[in-house]
Amino acid sequence: MTRLNVALLVVLVACALSLVTSRHQSRRLFVALGDEQVMGRKLETEYGQLQLEQSTWSMPARIEKIAREQLRMQLPSAARTDVVALPDGKGNAR
Amino acid sequence: MNRGGTAVAGRALRHREAAPLVLPRFRSPLVFGALALLFLVLLARSVYLMWFDNEFLQEQGKARHSRDLEVPAHRGRILDRAGEALALSTPVKSLWAFPDKFDATREQIAALAVVLETTPQKINARLEANEDFAYIAKQIAPDIAERAMALHISGLHDQNEYRRFYPGGDVTAQIVGFTGDHDVGQEGIELAQQAWLAGVPGSRRVIINRRNEAVEDVVAIRTPQAGHDLALAIDARLQYLAFRELKAAIDLNKARAGGIVILDVKTGEILALANWPTYNPNSRDKVLPEKMRNRALTDTFEPGSTMKPFTIAAALDAGRVRPDTVIDTAPGWFTIGTATIHDAHPEGALTVEQVIQKSSNVGAAKIALGLPPATLWETFSNVGFGTVPKTGFPGEVSGRLRPAKSWKPIEQATMSYGHGISVNLVQLARAYTIFATDGEVKAVTLLKTDEFVAGRPVLRPETARAVRHMLELVTSPGGTAPRAQVAGYRVAGKTGTAHKIEDHVYVNKYVASFVGFAPVSNPRLVVAVMLDEPSTGQYYGGAVAAPVFSSVTGAALRMLGVPTDAPLNNVILPPEGSEIREET
Repeated sequence: MTRLNVALLVVLVACALSLVTSRHQSRRLFVALGDEQVMGRKLETEYGQLQLEQSTWSMPARIEKIAREQLRMQLPSAARTDVVALPDGKGNAR
Repeated sequence: MNRGGTAVAGRALRHREAAPLVLPRFRSPLVFGALALLFLVLLARSVYLMWFDNEFLQEQGKARHSRDLEVPAHRGRILDRAGEALALSTPVKSLWAFPDKFDATREQIAALAVVLETTPQKINARLEANEDFAYIAKQIAPDIAERAMALHISGLHDQNEYRRFYPGGDVTAQIVGFTGDHDVGQEGIELAQQAWLAGVPGSRRVIINRRNEAVEDVVAIRTPQAGHDLALAIDARLQYLAFRELKAAIDLNKARAGGIVILDVKTGEILALANWPTYNPNSRDKVLPEKMRNRALTDTFEPGSTMKPFTIAAALDAGRVRPDTVIDTAPGWFTIGTATIHDAHPEGALTVEQVIQKSSNVGAAKIALGLPPATLWETFSNVGFGTVPKTGFPGEVSGRLRPAKSWKPIEQATMSYGHGISVNLVQLARAYTIFATDGEVKAVTLLKTDEFVAGRPVLRPETARAVRHMLELVTSPGGTAPRAQVAGYRVAGKTGTAHKIEDHVYVNKYVASFVGFAPVSNPRLVVAVMLDEPSTGQYYGGAVAAPVFSSVTGAALRMLGVPTDAPLNNVILPPEGSEIREET
């Protein structure tokens, strides 16, 4: 009887300790998760801003302005355009 | 204590032989009973609180150590057909406070004002405006919010939100629309596709510690669901091109308003749809509502001569005329009852082909009067006039096409050249697909389509081809729109110049339009251009709208890599002063 009680006591203590550790683990992991979520949010913010930046900078209006004003480019007139027929007689339509 | 006392007494009795201590017999049970009763009362109360009246305390307990946090969901992006973003959400933060719990020193407020690039007076004004709740700063960049929170002002809170940005600005404003408060679509596609774009915010319950930091997730009540991205049929490059050319034409002709639509003939997709006036959706505090209207879908106008091809098509299809049938339009006017139809530039005898090429009102009216009203109505209705275009765009209109039974002969005659009927620009562009294809009309859509779209046949293929040929003649030097020609491509189309109606009377203000398609050998694009009240003296569709068609169509075909179907020196303009004027 006593032996059984002692055995049960040992099991009980073991369980209690493992509960404490796993509780601690879970808190620690939760904090880590929180950190990662903050990181994820930061990255999401950055991604959104980069997307915005990319689409703002690649707007045709801006590209055309730079091409015309800074690079001094212009559309070739029809007189200065040569059309080359491909062997199969088709253009490279996209 | 009682028993202990007795034991001590017993020992004392043995050792010292002292007099026995006599206690009243009822005393110990009485004390025991009283104490037990008190314990029972406590026990009963705790049982009651534990099992019966437990809600209140549990709520109170939870309120002290757990919080429900809202998790915002991302709204889907609106993209063009190539994946270019036209509307997207980025995370931002708002700072807020309960004014009565906001506690900051003068220095702190000054520091906050520096971070937020405002003045302490403005911050104080915001706090005083509403005593329950105040936004200190709305939708600011997250790094600025972080610097503000780093001041550790007690009572200052931040919350995560999303802000919608529109990189396309005024070029795509009227199609995309915008969202209002709480990320709900208010105009355009943002409104029409709200259910698809909107995310469902989630919520989670966490355990918090003394410092209000979440230490453990109890349960995710709802996981947030991000909205879906939406690909439009719009091609951002064509859209910009169309917008730029429209704007240039409006400035050149001092027009009040205008619109342009580019349709893909094969799929019915709207590749570009631009309007003027427009607005910047990123800062729309002082924008007039009329600038927000997508006129090409929500406004109607009398199309004028751009209707004539449908009249001719109905007559050809019914076998009433052939392309070379001669119609006598002399002497340039024609009386029906008490009303008279005029050609301001009388021509004499014209073939049906020439009626289109020279845009004769008398010719079109005579052909129309040779048809039963129902036949004409059927053609108009089949190509989509009088019914909404079903693009799903909020506020799109059907235009006006009265039932054939109520037509008087004079009305039938004027309708043949586009008066007494109203359409919107998208309807008009769509209707022209019957000439760009072999007589089929397709559903138009603002959303990207990958599948083949079947058309509904409206005309016999021979009729469609015959009218296509007539429309190509319109852009030749003998037609009303030689300026619609494009180097390297064969184009076809029809001009329109219509008097506007004010208070039920036609006035000398005009709507100039041109609708056409190219390349004629295998049409890819339908382009419709409309200018409202050009006011520099030039108001003919062939002079005002056709050049816009030419520049947009040429550039668009080259951008799309469509093979040329004509030599590059194909553009032949008539000598100065001998241009054909169309009838209004």
